[in-house]
Amino acid sequence: MKKVLFFLGGVLLVIVVLWQCKTKGAASAASDDAAQKAYIAPGKYDEFYNFVSGGFNGQVSVYGLPSGRLLKIIPVFSVFPENGYGFSEETKSMLNTSHGWVPWDDQHHISMSLSDGVQDGRWMFANANNTPRVARVDLKTFRTMEILEIPNSGGNHSSPFITENSEYIVAGTRFSIPMDDQPDVPIETYKQNFRGTASFISVNPQDGRLDLAFQVLLPGLNLDLSRSGKGPSHDWFFFSCYNSEGANTLLEVNASQNDKDFIVAVNWKKAEEYAKAGKGVTKKVRYAHNTYDEKTHTATTNWGTEAIMLDPKVLKDFVYFIPCPKSPHGCDVNPTGEYIVGSGKLAAIIPVFSFAKMQKAIADRNFEGEYDGIPVLKYDAVLHGEVQKPGLGPLHTEFDANGNAYTSFFVSSEIVKWNVQSLQVLDRAPTYYSIGHLCVPGGDTKKPWGKYVVAYNKITKDRYLPTGPELAQSAQLYDISGDKMKLILDFPTVGEPHYANAVPAELLQKNSTKFFKLEENNHPYVAAGEGKAKVVREGNKIHVYMTAIRSHLTPDNIEGVRVGDEVYFHVTNLEQDWDVPHGFAIKGANTAEILIMPGETQTLVWKPEKAGVVPFYCTDFCSALHQEMQGYMRVSPAGSNVPLKFSTGAEPAATPESK
Amino acid sequence: MKQIVYFTMVIAMTIGIGCTQTAPETQNAPAAVGQSGVQDDVSQKNIVQVAVGSKDHTTLVAAVKAASLVDALSNAGPFTVFAPTDEAFAKVPKETLDNLMKPENKAALSNILEYHTFVGVVKKEQMRDGQKLNQVNLKNIVLGVKDGKVTVNGTANIVASVPASNGIVHVIDAVLLPPEK
Repeated sequence: MKKVLFFLGGVLLVIVVLWQCKTKGAASAASDDAAQKAYIAPGKYDEFYNFVSGGFNGQVSVYGLPSGRLLKIIPVFSVFPENGYGFSEETKSMLNTSHGWVPWDDQHHISMSLSDGVQDGRWMFANANNTPRVARVDLKTFRTMEILEIPNSGGNHSSPFITENSEYIVAGTRFSIPMDDQPDVPIETYKQNFRGTASFISVNPQDGRLDLAFQVLLPGLNLDLSRSGKGPSHDWFFFSCYNSEGANTLLEVNASQNDKDFIVAVNWKKAEEYAKAGKGVTKKVRYAHNTYDEKTHTATTNWGTEAIMLDPKVLKDFVYFIPCPKSPHGCDVNPTGEYIVGSGKLAAIIPVFSFAKMQKAIADRNFEGEYDGIPVLKYDAVLHGEVQKPGLGPLHTEFDANGNAYTSFFVSSEIVKWNVQSLQVLDRAPTYYSIGHLCVPGGDTKKPWGKYVVAYNKITKDRYLPTGPELAQSAQLYDISGDKMKLILDFPTVGEPHYANAVPAELLQKNSTKFFKLEENNHPYVAAGEGKAKVVREGNKIHVYMTAIRSHLTPDNIEGVRVGDEVYFHVTNLEQDWDVPHGFAIKGANTAEILIMPGETQTLVWKPEKAGVVPFYCTDFCSALHQEMQGYMRVSPAGSNVPLKFSTGAEPAATPESK
Repeated sequence: MKQIVYFTMVIAMTIGIGCTQTAPETQNAPAAVGQSGVQDDVSQKNIVQVAVGSKDHTTLVAAVKAASLVDALSNAGPFTVFAPTDEAFAKVPKETLDNLMKPENKAALSNILEYHTFVGVVKKEQMRDGQKLNQVNLKNIVLGVKDGKVTVNGTANIVASVPASNGIVHVIDAVLLPPEK
């Protein structure tokens, strides 16, 4: 009997092994050579940096492609415990707004700086959806350098899309609202009093600094997404919108009544001329403009007080409406700049509009009427054609360099590849988990790098090992180098990705900053050497000019601090070596911790509440003696006469020893 | 019967191996190089780079290479390295030195080099007369400080000190020989 069992066991084993062999590909739906295509050997680099918006986490994360390895999380609109962004005294101002300090926002889209329609690897821009703002991230340091608040906006969704030479990034308001100068009106007066705006924010070509150039006043539409023209359509910007019904309640139903909403075509060159000629109306507003100085390592807030508003009802011939079926979401322009793809999220077709036809229709004044004083072009007059039965719930479209488009379908969970000229569907790839945005490297530019398309799915469910109710999001990588899309990798992403883009590694890696030069550190509380370390009392404020270097803090013994004092630890990292940050934490600090890059100074505030001796230490495992990188601060009762003194090592650095 | 089972299992294992994929040629793991291989021409020089850049330390550099300590000394540290000059090494009998450089004597060479290395940074001005430092090979050296001049074990003089990104190099004029026991 035993022998028979053994035999059966053996046969079973064969079957199991054979079954595994046979079904491996099918079970994972991945192509047979998927592992080879996504595998980056230890010590080798990825081909692309993939910049992925973080959605509700307010950050941007950076992954390598094709490996899907997480390389970095860049805090933009949210505080970040990993590096003290928003916690250190220097970075707090980055999150100032006219509504006060906002520690967490919703980050949806990014754009990469462009020169002649091609990625130039200088900056990345990001939007805050909730409290309307745009940000600029420097791609040498991967740090947020600037945040500009947008006035007259109810929510900045249609942003921060960029023109061909980075002349402007835009901010289109998702929720129409009464403008800032007459805020208090009944909600039911939506149609009379609510307006949308499309803001154009100029980008200084030298240093990237942002400036609110002008705002275009639009009817009470919800601007959704947008893209600039390219090549022949360079002067134009296209915004999709929904709620042409003007609904102010239950939009789920009430904003889906009309057969068609609009793509708003804005001639920004003409708008720019109007603004420069002083034809706009100057509105009194208040908005925060926060900039981070890499030399003082400190952010400052300036307040804007005016916005130039251009009204297309008054200043004619720079805004036109293109009818677009069923609440368009994506609004994407192909690499040649001739075709504009609208993705009506409730539509059964994808309309593709022709820029040349649009120009002709405008010249011929071929309008079907007006909407709130703005000309509406005839649908058939501007239509290149429709992609028939593409799938269910089209959302976004990216392009390759071979004339093909890749559209994501939320409802039918798939990516559909189609030819822009012929409008024929060429291939379909299931994404299973309700795809939202998708990204072809450079797929929004004149020169798509191609090779991959990444699906950013909204649902995860059973895709990975379960981690309780809250799951990572699921991204999927497809090889698009052949005729058919091939799934080669799944990888989890943090936050909830919306739009993403990818930049060739060679464009960025050579420029990456290794550390900050100590001799260029202009922080007002820098200690540019251990000899400069000191402790200074100014009333009840104690300023500790502290240095950190492997493997000690200077000073590391401090006495004479009293309950009721406010202690500022200004920690300068003296290292001038790549990848040697130091951290700083003190027991009981209500603020947080800080992390200090080589050559940088960062400040932690601490208010001692009771007498005692309190340890502090380096929180970043910097060296073999990291555990020894510690010190003590003695706190005496309020009114105590313990003298202020400080030292490191054998010799006191200042006042002689008190008894 | 047992044989059939074994036979079946062998087949199963063969099939199992047959369906594993091998990595393509181009994705071979790179040669194992540690932090000494990092391409970085902007950071402050580390201890190994300081030694390599010194014309007076060719013997020491050769010894560090022979003892396979290049990566360790390029690491985060921090280290205090007492670095004998070529002249200092020249005082060691040539035969002894040649022997130490032989692969079979790598352990003895390492022991000597580790006796020249302390984990932690001790600057010259922090050194005190009679201070003991327990070196990487767990043997002590004794510092002597007189009139601002520092000696090690009473035999070597610190003639220069060079800060490095991962510690400090004190140039000495004699090789330190670890105690036998």
